[in-house]
Amino acid sequence: MSSSNWTADFLARLSAGMAVAEIELSSVKLWQIESHAWQRFAELAMQQKLRWAAGWAEHVQNRFFINACFEKQGEYILLRTIIDDSNPELPSQATVYPAANRSERHTQDMFGIRFIGHPDNRRWTRHQAWIENSYPLRKDFPVQGMPVGITPPDMHYPFIKSHGAGTYEIPVGPVHAGIIEPGHFRFQAVGELILNLEERLGYVHKGIEKIAEGREPESLARLAGRVSGDTTVGHCWAACMAMEWAAGITVPPRASFIRGILAERERVANHMGDIGAICNDVAFVFAQMQFTRLRELWLRTNATVFGHRLLMDRIIPGGVACDLSDESCTLIKKEIVELRKELDEVILAIDLNSSLEDRLYTAGFLSEEIAAAFGTLGYVGRASGQDKDVRRDAPYAPYDQATVKVGVENQGDIASRLWVRYKEIRAALRLIEGFIDQLVAGDIRSEWRIPPAGSEGLGIVEGWRGEIICHIRFDADNKIARFYPRDPSQLNWPALEKLVLNNIVPDFPVCNKSLNGSYSGNDL
Amino acid sequence: MLRIFKKILTTGVVTERFKTPKDDELEQLGIEIKRHIDKRFSGSIAIRQVDAGSCNGCELEIHALNNPFYDIERFGVHFVASPRHADVLLVTGPVSRHMQTALLRTYEATPNPKWVVAAGDCAVCGGEFGVSYASCGAVSNVIPVDLVIPGCPPTPLALMKGLLGLMKVSA
Ligand code: SF4
Repeated sequence: MSSSNWTADFLARLSAGMAVAEIELSSVKLWQIESHAWQRFAELAMQQKLRWAAGWAEHVQNRFFINACFEKQGEYILLRTIIDDSNPELPSQATVYPAANRSERHTQDMFGIRFIGHPDNRRWTRHQAWIENSYPLRKDFPVQGMPVGITPPDMHYPFIKSHGAGTYEIPVGPVHAGIIEPGHFRFQAVGELILNLEERLGYVHKGIEKIAEGREPESLARLAGRVSGDTTVGHCWAACMAMEWAAGITVPPRASFIRGILAERERVANHMGDIGAICNDVAFVFAQMQFTRLRELWLRTNATVFGHRLLMDRIIPGGVACDLSDESCTLIKKEIVELRKELDEVILAIDLNSSLEDRLYTAGFLSEEIAAAFGTLGYVGRASGQDKDVRRDAPYAPYDQATVKVGVENQGDIASRLWVRYKEIRAALRLIEGFIDQLVAGDIRSEWRIPPAGSEGLGIVEGWRGEIICHIRFDADNKIARFYPRDPSQLNWPALEKLVLNNIVPDFPVCNKSLNGSYSGNDL
Repeated sequence: MLRIFKKILTTGVVTERFKTPKDDELEQLGIEIKRHIDKRFSGSIAIRQVDAGSCNGCELEIHALNNPFYDIERFGVHFVASPRHADVLLVTGPVSRHMQTALLRTYEATPNPKWVVAAGDCAVCGGEFGVSYASCGAVSNVIPVDLVIPGCPPTPLALMKGLLGLMKVSA
């Protein structure tokens, strides 16, 4: 069945039971339904094996737009319902799709929209920075809010409790022992065995969605590049893609290739860091030292060629901020040849190491069923058999002119997640070489056109952690009305709660690192 | 095992070394830091890093200080797991309101004498996030700051320089 067939079939099925208005929104289909059918739609979508990918709301005049994004076979559908803001409620989709759970809780906290029948409607993003019954993303909520002098700690969050002889709790965080982001983990354990883990995130919520409002495109792109610092290229690209759609702008081919090179460089840098860190968490320091060395060399090339080690602000609305000279292309290619040689040596040493084998194989197991149910993305999903990659399934420029090899594993353990990362490094290196060969002459930036008020766009890209979905709506005068970035971490964090079960507490750091969710990208 | 030894041997020492005193900024910096550390902290300074709301970009560069090129530990600077062991708090990010109490408590838990370094534009002035219903902005809005290291994020070299600056401030 070709991809266009399933949407037509599905639409025909739906029309039997509910009113669906189909609106063409650039290359994505927008289906608008009545709010009471919200859950029913999810049930039918589940039967048709659609994947729930993102959910968010918007406050437009006196109404709420509630959006959800679904995907199947690389085709995306934007589902929308519009309700009045006086008594906002609608049936929950989280009852059908566990992946929608935290997203609906976020919408509940930020907009005050009630999802009826939600399996767990405790607050999620809200701690104590704003009071109950006030909702930051409503248009009448001031950006400055009404903060008290010192925001009190979030003492009374109703954590799940364990009872029974011999079980005990370990609270960890928000300030962790290493150089990492803050978040809280609550373990219930018997002896060393983890019975249950509950995540409490939201500590680095810094109001990104709210402070985006009223920005102009360039300023929004800068903010998007700081949603999650390790994914600056990914988020910036998704946001620019969404804005370019809204404005009806095509990016020059040369700029697309450079964007591709930037994104793949980001992927390689992060995977190298992670492989080293995973090995380090099981005390194999050799790999950590080798990979941090290789990563440093890679970042130095970033600084030489692109002027920034982490590649921040290189992607701008309409194109890219920096061109690639011929010398730079030669330098990058030479570096790749050398890196391959080094990787061959280091990875062989890792592969043949029995202490790594002991610690990484079978640990942190995530089954294919759970990965599918939670819509797990990127290397975490792919290590548990989820063969998904936006670059191949819904290719955007420049990936529409390349063959993307997607590494998949089926063991679902930490070792699989490590090997998927390694395969992704190799594939990314080939892509970079290909993009350099295909690099056409020409402009690196299209001129910006002010989009009409109310126009919207979706940006969907494969960041290094997995699929990023970004929605942007414009107000009049080139101003942003709504910015919603869905980092892959949002869907991957719940998988961590599952994959640590029946592992020992001392293995938590390596389990966590093998998933490496972004706190900032989740908390917004 | 032989493979590992072979790779270690062929990689050699990449740690950036003293070439000529003027050229190699890094080595010079390190040595100056070390002199100050020797004098003021009996040879070693313990840093507790606190992410108070950063985008994680700053953390990546702080991590890099421990890679074999910079290897900041050779100068007696090391990162510790608890504020109770720390001389210096290295704070990143705008302070999110949800982290405000945690940061204050971390500060209180650090024994005197202590110094606070705000690293990264966000920590210095609020950066791209500023002050809002969710963010307190600069670290100095929450706890006293002794030194700032600007940059988004500051490079490892800038961080080394900044720490040297701290030694001078506190001298
Ligand atoms: S200074 Fe830059 S890199 Fe550091 S936390 Fe702020 S935005 Fe992120």
